Amino acid sequence: MITGKILYKRPKTLKDVNMSYCPGCSHSLMNKILCEIIDEFDIQKKTVVIAPVGCAVLLYDYIDCDSVEAAHGRAPAIATGIKRVNPDNIVISYQGDGDLLSIGMAETIHTANRGENITVVFMNNAVYGMTGGQMAPTTLVGQITKTTPSGRNPENEGYPIRACELINTLEAPYFIARCKVTNSKSIMQTKKILKKAIGYQINKKGYSFIEILSNCPTNWGMKPKDSNKWIQEVMSKYYPVKIFRDKGEA
Amino acid sequence: MTNKIILAGFGGQGIILSGLLLAQAALLEGNEVTHYPAYGAEMRGGTCNCSVVISDKEISSPIVNKPDILLLFNQPSKNKFEAKCIPGAKVLINNSLINEQALRNDISSFYIDATNTANKLGNIKIANMIMLGALSKITGIVKLDSLINAMPEILSARNKKLIDLNVQALKEGYGLF
Amino acid sequence: MNKKILMKGNEALAEAAIRAGCRYYFGYPITPQNEVPAYMSKRLPEVNGVFVQAESELASINMIFGAGACGARCMTSSSSPGISLMQEGISYISGAETPAVIVNMMRGGPGLGNIAPSQGDYFQAVKGGGHGDYKIIVFAPASAQEIVNFTVLAFDLTIKYRIPVMILGDGLLGQMTEPVVLPEMKEIQDDINWSICRGQDQVIIRSLYLVPENQLELHNLHLQKKYRSIEKDLNKYYEQYNANDCDYLIFAYGTTARVCKAAIDRLQKENIKIGLFRPISLWPFPKEEIISISSKIKKAFVFEMAQAQFEEDIRLSFEGKKEIKGFYKLGGAIFNDDEIYELIKKNI
Ligand SMILES: Cc1ncc(C[n+]2csc(CCOP(=O)(O)OP(=O)(O)O)c2C)c(N)n1
Ligand code: SF4
Repeated sequence: MITGKILYKRPKTLKDVNMSYCPGCSHSLMNKILCEIIDEFDIQKKTVVIAPVGCAVLLYDYIDCDSVEAAHGRAPAIATGIKRVNPDNIVISYQGDGDLLSIGMAETIHTANRGENITVVFMNNAVYGMTGGQMAPTTLVGQITKTTPSGRNPENEGYPIRACELINTLEAPYFIARCKVTNSKSIMQTKKILKKAIGYQINKKGYSFIEILSNCPTNWGMKPKDSNKWIQEVMSKYYPVKIFRDKGEA
Repeated sequence: MTNKIILAGFGGQGIILSGLLLAQAALLEGNEVTHYPAYGAEMRGGTCNCSVVISDKEISSPIVNKPDILLLFNQPSKNKFEAKCIPGAKVLINNSLINEQALRNDISSFYIDATNTANKLGNIKIANMIMLGALSKITGIVKLDSLINAMPEILSARNKKLIDLNVQALKEGYGLF
Repeated sequence: MNKKILMKGNEALAEAAIRAGCRYYFGYPITPQNEVPAYMSKRLPEVNGVFVQAESELASINMIFGAGACGARCMTSSSSPGISLMQEGISYISGAETPAVIVNMMRGGPGLGNIAPSQGDYFQAVKGGGHGDYKIIVFAPASAQEIVNFTVLAFDLTIKYRIPVMILGDGLLGQMTEPVVLPEMKEIQDDINWSICRGQDQVIIRSLYLVPENQLELHNLHLQKKYRSIEKDLNKYYEQYNANDCDYLIFAYGTTARVCKAAIDRLQKENIKIGLFRPISLWPFPKEEIISISSKIKKAFVFEMAQAQFEEDIRLSFEGKKEIKGFYKLGGAIFNDDEIYELIKKNI
């Protein structure tokens, strides 16, 4: 028999299955972090995750919580419906940049504006991952994608949208932060922030919006390590990592 | 005469590309062709395949249910497709990655050390061309010259520099039989 | 004649649109038609055209409404869930009578479904998926070459009749690579006297007519008159394969029809007299032709990748006069010719 202290194990809420995310993708990391937090609060049985349309569409195959699979961009509206029926449940809307800022912009803004007591986890990887790497609202100027073959040109495609800054113009949101998960320090920091957000939801404080600068090694055409470097050196210049608003600390 | 071909392997082994090259070569010889790749979610699992139909008359169905020629690049593909081909089918097996022999004795199987040969030529990615070269020699459905002539149409923008290497691999595969 | 080249259905469609004078494309990514926007984003700037990736299909269809209001040759493309979102816009465009070419490469449904080939949007396409009494022209090609030919025709018709024209394909047709002969690039000068932005007397593009009797009713009567004349004009788009003098006739369209042909070839070798009737325009539906052919056969079969949607129109044409047996594949599953062969053998 092996004795000793267990230092690390798979969170109970994270199913013991192979994920279909590409190797090194931030989605798999964030799925796990979310499960750790759900375990730490012991809220597995009352958490509902909304699966978006995007690479995380099979979220419910990895996270062992009740789930509703939304139409593209509509996750926050479904979250609203669930939360209004069951205010004591914990509702998490997990979305990519195409889902949240493009087709779902109206739902995103209005859910925030109503201050729905939900947590939005926003995976910003600057492309449409699932459909094969087209431009997203967050694609950087000059960035080459399947639909910007010569690089994003602001004259035709406009500028990348900064989600936290946009949400921060609204009165209702309680907690708004941008994080990254490029090294162990930033991963720990991200977990702390997301845990705080879900804690606010448990305490019925209101709407939280947590953006994660994520990678997409596959569609960026980079090794995972280089993709993290790119987030560090390029992406976080345009999207500053910080806490934009924390009414709990005010 | 109609040939129904399935090429199958891992994503990244150039399966779709070799299917296109085969189709283009057959087109150059004046045939009708169709090429239908597995796409999207099917690719996510890491396996990848495409169906090519070559005929001297109009092709009705591009869907290949029972192939008469099979190019197998890895073990999972063998597991999936060997049972499906018609009796008498010609089955090309990349035995660098497939250790198992053909399970059926009503088919003609050919073993090609494609991945190792590609490695010796300096690029593991050209194993697909070794297989196509061997296919040309074994079945004669397209001529080696047609495959070589089709190359610029298929590889054009993507990796023109590699054309010479790919041609060398085609010839190498052709020479194996 | 231009050379035969290998092209993927989606790319052949995009190039054909450009050669038919399309200079404005608005669309949103969705599998299995992503090659269309990708191709357009590269190719349109080369011909001084405009490519915009819309923020949603809701936006795409309304961008098309705007471009169409200017009389432009414009196009959007999507697949099933995206086309559902466009239904409101298609209703408005139909009411306002502006040109629009809309491509639907159908995938498995309902809901998010999957990305495999399907024909589950038949009703939505031909019966009017949005609100109100309207019709759109629907072409169902069965090969890359037909995709090219009917895309070109679609642009001429949408300008001529000021009615949306849909190319209804499926994942297989979009993803399959086949030889095509492309048409020459057309130099288009449409003579349009109804559009906005011509700097003349006020032009209003609208679908609101508040008074029922003498406004909206009249407008609807006008639309219906137009639809009747389109039905008369476009009654020749169908294919018959061994359909003369046969006991059994298969009805199918698009991908499914192609697969049926392979089975028919085999059945004929066994001296079974069987043929195929394949509508290419699904609206207008070649009803007259089907009525006349139905009297000559013993029994009809319908094959479709949907639950008796297309079959319903065949039944309406047959008016119960002959036996019809339908076979369906659902949720992105596709027929193969062995299966069709067996099903026919068992049912004759
Ligand atoms: C109405 C509708 N339009 C388009 C799609 C196709 N689609 C699936 S995922 C996706 C984009 C996903 O990108 P993002 O939200 O950035 O998430 P990621 O895949 O990068 O995680 C799109 C456009 C769809 N499923 N439904
Ligand atoms: S495509 Fe990109 S976002 Fe999607 S799983 Fe792969 S790496 Fe992650």
